[in-house]
Amino acid sequence: MSPPTKDRRHLIRIRNLFSRVPLLGWLLGAPIAVTLEHLLGNQLALALGLSKIPVLFGSVIMLKKPVLIPGAVLYVVLIYVLPIGVFARLSAPLTNRLAARLFSLPMWFSVTIHLGLLYAALHFWSGISAYRVITLKLTLIAIMVTLSLNVINGYMGEFSCSHPGFMALGAYGASAFTVALFVNDKLFGPALLPAALGPFMFPVGLIMGGVVAALGALAIAIPSFKTRGDYLAIVSLAFMFIVKSLIENLEVVGGARGLSSQPDLANLPTVFLWTVACIWIINNFVRSTLGKALNAVRDEEMAANAMTVNTRRTKITAFLFGAFWAGVAGGLFAHVLRYVNPGTFGIQKLAEVLAMVYFGGLNSVYGSIVGALSLSLLGEALRPLEMLKWIIIPLLLILLMIFRPTGLIAFKEFDVRRMMKPKGEPRERSTSSAGEEA
Amino acid sequence: MALLRVENMSHNFGGLRAVNDYNLEIEPGQVRGLIGPNGAGKTTIFDIISGIYRPTEGNIILDGKPIVGLQPHQIAARGLGRTFQNLRLWRHMTVLEHVKMANYSKISYGLVGAFFGTSKRHREEAEIEKKSHSLLTRLDIGNLADQVVTSLPYGAQRRVELARALATEPKILFLDEPTAGMNPEELIQMMEVIRQIHDELGIAIFLIEHRMKIVMELCEIVQALVFGEVIAEGTPQEIQNDPKVIDAYLGTEAVH
Repeated sequence: MSPPTKDRRHLIRIRNLFSRVPLLGWLLGAPIAVTLEHLLGNQLALALGLSKIPVLFGSVIMLKKPVLIPGAVLYVVLIYVLPIGVFARLSAPLTNRLAARLFSLPMWFSVTIHLGLLYAALHFWSGISAYRVITLKLTLIAIMVTLSLNVINGYMGEFSCSHPGFMALGAYGASAFTVALFVNDKLFGPALLPAALGPFMFPVGLIMGGVVAALGALAIAIPSFKTRGDYLAIVSLAFMFIVKSLIENLEVVGGARGLSSQPDLANLPTVFLWTVACIWIINNFVRSTLGKALNAVRDEEMAANAMTVNTRRTKITAFLFGAFWAGVAGGLFAHVLRYVNPGTFGIQKLAEVLAMVYFGGLNSVYGSIVGALSLSLLGEALRPLEMLKWIIIPLLLILLMIFRPTGLIAFKEFDVRRMMKPKGEPRERSTSSAGEEA
Repeated sequence: MALLRVENMSHNFGGLRAVNDYNLEIEPGQVRGLIGPNGAGKTTIFDIISGIYRPTEGNIILDGKPIVGLQPHQIAARGLGRTFQNLRLWRHMTVLEHVKMANYSKISYGLVGAFFGTSKRHREEAEIEKKSHSLLTRLDIGNLADQVVTSLPYGAQRRVELARALATEPKILFLDEPTAGMNPEELIQMMEVIRQIHDELGIAIFLIEHRMKIVMELCEIVQALVFGEVIAEGTPQEIQNDPKVIDAYLGTEAVH
């Protein structure tokens, strides 16, 4: 390896500075920054010449008013980067000891603590504006959709185009359930149950949406998994259009006008918990030998079959599993917006989801999280450009495919236990990470 | 009773008769060989018996039960393990994962275990992992367990394939040219490994080979196949001296 350049040396130095900070340190730092924003955000924003707190780290105003960029950057540094960085670094010895203590306790306990901190940070961060809340919810849903598509396109190596269709089935399935039960509605008549039961029945509705999507997936899976090749791509694309026009012509659920007045059940904790459940279950699955069978089928189907792997069942199960989570995500989506129409679940949605999967990285839970997060943020940032956005994002994808064909973080295991580990001596850390890069 | 019996098996690819009236009987623990020039249909016979193709005619009986029409994974689970001529390893998986995967049919934790990470799953995975490690150690590749297969030298990749096939706990093992593309040193090691597997585990082995030397050393009975038909069957010495076999290998000209 050539000696690192000057910039690179700086980067390495910064990395070494923070190499001993455990995940717990960052998670404890985040709520502090967010509290700071609540206390000082407005005054600081005004002092920096901004009219209000930059909602998404300045990405939204970036293109509308480029003059404000320095102020927004300074705001982000002063409110987020510096406080979190300083806190995480200074508290590292303490948080390491805390992390070690947690590490010796049962896994679920320490996961709950970490997730609780993460949720607290997100909750207070999004408390600043309604725009933040909705963006956060939609981003979490995007993570679910991306991850569920990664199971099929990444882990299993097939090319499925029907995810918007599955989302639509889930959205309409769950909406029909909740609207019929809890809302006085023209389409479904008076409410059947008191609204107080809503939060308890909502999971049932979402699971029903997922099951409807999985049933739709079965219709694709049976004919197209007899052989390999491009069949699935074509059949699934057709399926997406069929679902869309079916709903457009189905007056029971409002046709092309869409279905509205979903009860307000998808609050932030609900969406957060479902996303966590989705990541947890999918990650469990893909790390088990049963789930690894997907990789075997992808890399050498004939060998998998000869090694006792029931390849057809494996493929159908994974496809239905992916569809189920897309359906659940669709159900949440409908209840976050409290309105759905079939037009949402078209080719543009497909492009968006595929971009998130391939940008983030195939065969990787990390990748899907990063892909969904970064493209959601980018999508919001590029919103002022309107249609131009759909030129820039594909261009970015083309570049990525040239320089990193499998995506940003592909083929990496998402090991929660290792993430929560207290961090050891900086020296051994830096050599091991250098080894990973080589 | 024969462990594997093939009766009057024929197979057509369109108008081409790839295998014609093939018969085979393998006793438990026997080592058999199948030789023949390129394109004789050796691998096709393997593929038919292991369930990739369905024979046009004939019966195949494994351990007393007919297996024609079963899926390859079902046949594999009934005790027929195999390797491939051109290594078919899973390129993104580690050596250990390969061997664990071959335990697929024995996994009983099901989807619930896979989704929710139950303790039954952890117990079972740990058991499989332990078993896999000891198999890898037996084949002398225990130190490579965490390597991705594509980073290994060719000889080691062959061993991984063998380990994977053994992990299905076969009663009979089909080896499709296990020494193809090996240098002399790797070749001798591989022969040693095959002999060791046979001696220690007592499983029957059915071997496709090009090189007479290996067949001579390992096999008790050998069949010679030309254009899908068995032209001679006997001990390696008999086969080697059979004029029809010499014809097929060297051409009539050379014999004169």
